[in-house]
Amino acid sequence: MWEYTEKMRDYFLNPRNVGEMKDADAVGEAGSLACGDALKLYLKVKDGVIADASFLTFGCASAIASGSALTEIVKGKTLDEAMTVSNSDIARYLDGLPKEKMHCSVMGREALEAAVRAYRGEPALPAGSEGRIVCKCFGVTEEQVVRAVRENNLTTAEDVTNFTKAGGGCGECLREIEAVIADVVSGKSGDAAEKGTAGAPAGLADWRKRKSAGAAPLSNVQRMQRVMTVLDEIIRPRLRQDGGDIELVDIDGRTVSVALRGTCTSCPSSRLTIEGFVQQTLQEQVEAGIVVREAVS
Amino acid sequence: MNNRIIYFDNNATTGTAPEVLEAMLPFLKDQYGNPSSMYAFAGVSQKAVNKARTQTAALLGARAEEITFTSCGTESDATAIMAALRAQPDKKHVVTSRVEHPAVLTLGQHLEKEGWSVTWLGVDDKGRLSLDELAGALSKDTALVSVMFANNETGNIYPVAEIGALCRDRGIPFHVDAVQAVGKIPIDLSSLPVDYLALSGHKLHAPKGVGALYVRRGAPFRPFLRGGHQERGRRAGTEAVPNIVALGAACELAAARIGEENTRVRALRDTLQQRLTTDIPDCIVNGDPDNRLPNTLNISFKYVEGEAILLHLDRYGICAGSGSACTSGSLEPSHVLRAMGVPFTYAHGSLRLSLSRYNTREEVDYATEKLSQIIDRLREISPFKE
Ligand SMILES: Cc1ncc(COP(=O)(O)O)c(C=O)c1O
Ligand code: FES
Repeated sequence: MWEYTEKMRDYFLNPRNVGEMKDADAVGEAGSLACGDALKLYLKVKDGVIADASFLTFGCASAIASGSALTEIVKGKTLDEAMTVSNSDIARYLDGLPKEKMHCSVMGREALEAAVRAYRGEPALPAGSEGRIVCKCFGVTEEQVVRAVRENNLTTAEDVTNFTKAGGGCGECLREIEAVIADVVSGKSGDAAEKGTAGAPAGLADWRKRKSAGAAPLSNVQRMQRVMTVLDEIIRPRLRQDGGDIELVDIDGRTVSVALRGTCTSCPSSRLTIEGFVQQTLQEQVEAGIVVREAVS
Repeated sequence: MNNRIIYFDNNATTGTAPEVLEAMLPFLKDQYGNPSSMYAFAGVSQKAVNKARTQTAALLGARAEEITFTSCGTESDATAIMAALRAQPDKKHVVTSRVEHPAVLTLGQHLEKEGWSVTWLGVDDKGRLSLDELAGALSKDTALVSVMFANNETGNIYPVAEIGALCRDRGIPFHVDAVQAVGKIPIDLSSLPVDYLALSGHKLHAPKGVGALYVRRGAPFRPFLRGGHQERGRRAGTEAVPNIVALGAACELAAARIGEENTRVRALRDTLQQRLTTDIPDCIVNGDPDNRLPNTLNISFKYVEGEAILLHLDRYGICAGSGSACTSGSLEPSHVLRAMGVPFTYAHGSLRLSLSRYNTREEVDYATEKLSQIIDRLREISPFKE
């Protein structure tokens, strides 16, 4: 049994500001159904100040309480002030969260940022869309790990799992997480966190432009980065709508091996999914010669 | 708010039966003799342990000397599996399923690291194994087949007699994790082709800290815990006399009450299932409705998350379990539901209600009413509802 504070229980059992806001000026989302928690945040903005906020949550008790706390925290703040709200502010507002549940507060911060960005007309940064994926089970990027490590002074891979979920699935990425922590501690990842996109592939729009302009053939690394981004931004969200998921198993030249997960595995049309939707999308978005195979497990 | 507890989590653990408590109490108080000692005072303990062995064997249709007492179900499973493997060092292949309890699952993963090859049998969408797939996996190198009798999450009952027959034909030892089955469904080892069978006291109204392992006479065995000569050298360590006495009493009680499990308790579970599936839209029952423990209902509600349901239920004193990621301490939903391919939309919202003979119709009615309200509330705040 988790140890929850009285305040956290109260905000879970009697959530504040629940519901869709029909006339919202900005909406931000974080998390996903497949990962087991998701948050949708609605903001009403007047003269640069958040006049009202509401939320919807799919998730455990701490996710609901975090959404609830977040809306209370941001009301009355300017957008600039709101952008400085950290996940620990949310946790503190609830008199603390069990450390295994800190990822719920991180999801709150991500939804808030997404909403403010949307309001300002900045490009959305859906989780996992930028930068190198460190944890493929939960689609967590290096940037997200670096940020969680810095903002919360994390020192172990276990901490990172508690805050971002990275490492909490198959566990294969734990060593890499440790390496990222070491980089942050030694100051090597300084810029990555600030700029957010250092070393990351260019945005999708940019690629499409280059593709249509008949740019030079892709290097292996470029191709890999693009495939991963298209999987994350386009293919995975579509499959998840149907309760499925996809895992990138290998990229060898132009051959991409994937494994379908969730409902996709039992879906009789999984061959069709791979040959049709996945391959076609990758051919359109990345390179015409791409062939997609289902990895045999 | 009320202080009454409605306990619907009997697959996690059970309350100690009053008769069981009474039987063990003298051994916690005045009768503290060590069964191995050579005086009449200790003889009382020795006799009590022997009686418990007979009671346990009787529930299973086994001989007393085929029963070894252990500390828990996990120990029984590990002892059996390692006993079979150590006795056949030249064979390096094990067959088991993807839906085993971690007691077997994790040991299997460990064995893989230690150089054994493990075949992980998959299940279909109802959680059923394929006997053909199992038969196809068996080879000359197979040292052991381990399949659970009943699944702790879904309550699914596996075809132990058929699997045992396949193994026996080929001379392969067969271990059964029967921790969830013992006391809930009749088991007769005098006619079942099973070589090792594990059970755990706290799942059948004995206290925590005691289990038993059945080893069929003649089945290969190497001890796991070595030391004194207790349990005829199969499990060293001074016997936990009070717990063992309790397990014996619980087995005797279970034998007397097993009919009730399959009539009154089953009817309560069926009522619960019928009412929930009628009252609450967008829910599915997980598992095999035709082959399930009489006490277990595993049901998933779309668009809501299991831990949130449990915490709301807790407010009304209703205790239940869930296969959601957030309740397991891991971040992924139950390996059993995933092996069955339950969609994510449902897997995170699973609820396990497991009854016992101490539950009543009033409790079922109360829980149904509260659960409908809770699901409604949680769906109102879910961004995924249509
Ligand atoms: C099927 C099964 N096997 C093994 C165990 C482990 O038993 P114990 O807790 O007594 O070690 C359990 C307990 O949850 C179980 O349900
Ligand atoms: S890749 Fe990170 S947990 Fe599996």
